[in-house]
Amino acid sequence: MELDSLYQEVILDHYRTPHHKGLTSESDIQVHHNNPSCGDEVTLNLSMRDGKIVDISWDGVGCSISIASASVMSDLLIGKSYDQANVILQAFVELMQSKGKSTGDEVLLEDGVAFAGVSKFPARIKCALLGWMAFKDAAAQVME
Amino acid sequence: MSIDLSGYKKDFPIFERKVRGGNSLVYLDSGATSQKPDSVIEAESNFYRTINAAVHRGAHLLAEEASESYEAARSNVAKFIGAHDNEVVFTKSATESLNVIAYALGNPQSEVHIKSGDHIVVTEMEHHANLIPWQQLAKRTGAILSWLSFTEDGRIDLSNIDEIITTKTKLVAITHQSNVFGTILPIQEISKAAKAVGALVVLDACQSAPHFSIDVKELNVDFLVFSGHKALGPTGIGILWGKYELLEKLEPAIFGGSMVDSVTMQGATWSSAPRKFEAGVPNMAQAVGLSAAIDYLTNIGMDNISSHEHELTKKLLAGLSGISGVKVIGPLDLKDRGGVVSFTVEGVHPHDVGQVLDQYGIAVRTGHHCAWPLMRKLKLVGTTRASFHIYNDAHDIDRLLSGIEKVKSYFKVSK
Ligand SMILES: Cc1ncc(COP(=O)(O)O)c(C=O)c1O
Repeated sequence: MELDSLYQEVILDHYRTPHHKGLTSESDIQVHHNNPSCGDEVTLNLSMRDGKIVDISWDGVGCSISIASASVMSDLLIGKSYDQANVILQAFVELMQSKGKSTGDEVLLEDGVAFAGVSKFPARIKCALLGWMAFKDAAAQVME
Repeated sequence: MSIDLSGYKKDFPIFERKVRGGNSLVYLDSGATSQKPDSVIEAESNFYRTINAAVHRGAHLLAEEASESYEAARSNVAKFIGAHDNEVVFTKSATESLNVIAYALGNPQSEVHIKSGDHIVVTEMEHHANLIPWQQLAKRTGAILSWLSFTEDGRIDLSNIDEIITTKTKLVAITHQSNVFGTILPIQEISKAAKAVGALVVLDACQSAPHFSIDVKELNVDFLVFSGHKALGPTGIGILWGKYELLEKLEPAIFGGSMVDSVTMQGATWSSAPRKFEAGVPNMAQAVGLSAAIDYLTNIGMDNISSHEHELTKKLLAGLSGISGVKVIGPLDLKDRGGVVSFTVEGVHPHDVGQVLDQYGIAVRTGHHCAWPLMRKLKLVGTTRASFHIYNDAHDIDRLLSGIEKVKSYFKVSK
């Protein structure tokens, strides 16, 4: 069923038990992003040291796609350098824009490739990008 | 007794297509926009085919015929809401209508206008279109915005109406039917309170005019707005009705051609209402299309339409009450309630509910429905909303109910 290409088991697993959800008490920066078309919200804490992402924690309300995506994003980016993180972010954004034509780079995106199907549902791409855009904003502010 | 309107669905060509999963379409999003019958589509395209010309200008036959059709559309709308022809202004949408009223009332040159310290009253269940223009008007003028709240089951809370609508109140802007709860508000009671203190009443009839019969005199309001596209009509056409003597006291908000009495290099004077509010070449084909929609609706009968939707609402509420984990956001009883039903499914985000339903060909609205403050108050991210029009039937409700069961099993929240 078409729906299964959207709701991969990996996505549903991350949705039910999201990783790094719950804000840490300390961080270099906190950002808040929302999706005005559906009301979903994410608050993200980011800590960086020497150009490296030391910690990401987040909290928010959202659909399965946005929650799972924030979970996968934090798994992927913690421990990476700012530059590496940007490469991964770019790969994920490209996957989302692929209109179902890309399966994603599994080495780079790991669980993130499960979101390939989302790119066929234009209304859901913003959901999948919510956490990632919050990270992008936070990291850019820290690097300033 | 239920009314049989099943013969009308075939008038709507959209139902001939298949949607996701190869399914026939169950369209439960008329609250956002309604589908269009052939007669409306034809009226709009026939305008272009046979009489297209700019109305109210040009000395040729086409301009004459176009103007006649456009003005006949105005009369038809006037009749539909119990108004006089010269009280009906065509805009592009209800949103534009509300903004025009807000700008006109914010202009100190209008004989009637909002001043610093005046109170503007809305309700906490307004669509953003009937909230933000008033927030902005308050900001521009120094007026104070206050609001009536709602009860747990989505009814307007009038317990403190005397504290909210006071002698300082100059304007009350309210919805006729909530686009989230489906509640029909007691407009006469509210307008009575407003009139008692000399306040004007603006009624947002977006969710009422397309579904049951309304009469501006009975409602005792001063302005009323709705959108053509929710009333089986085209997009790009909205209605602004105002009492003639009030329209005459207001300055226009949009300026340009076709709305003037006289122009010099220094200034201009306005034609009388409604023309002074219709600057520029209007959406003529859309006005004519809306007129066809009104003919279509009145031929079926607004009372028949509302009874039909009432039956569907009853069936849906009964069906939803039998599904565990499903909660209706809005009144559970049918008193003063229209064909809009919002609900949540425990453990499943509305967006995901809508996505699974879409796979089965069921189109619903999900999210905050442009009523974000309402959602915040209820501490909800959003709801799933089913809303009806004449083309819906009992079978649609059955498909929605079984669709919700599929949502639950897909997300493994069955209990
Ligand atoms: C209650 C209510 N008011 C106002 C509007 C705005 O209508 P439009 O977007 O057609 O201008 C809507 C439409 O969603 C509505 O439901």
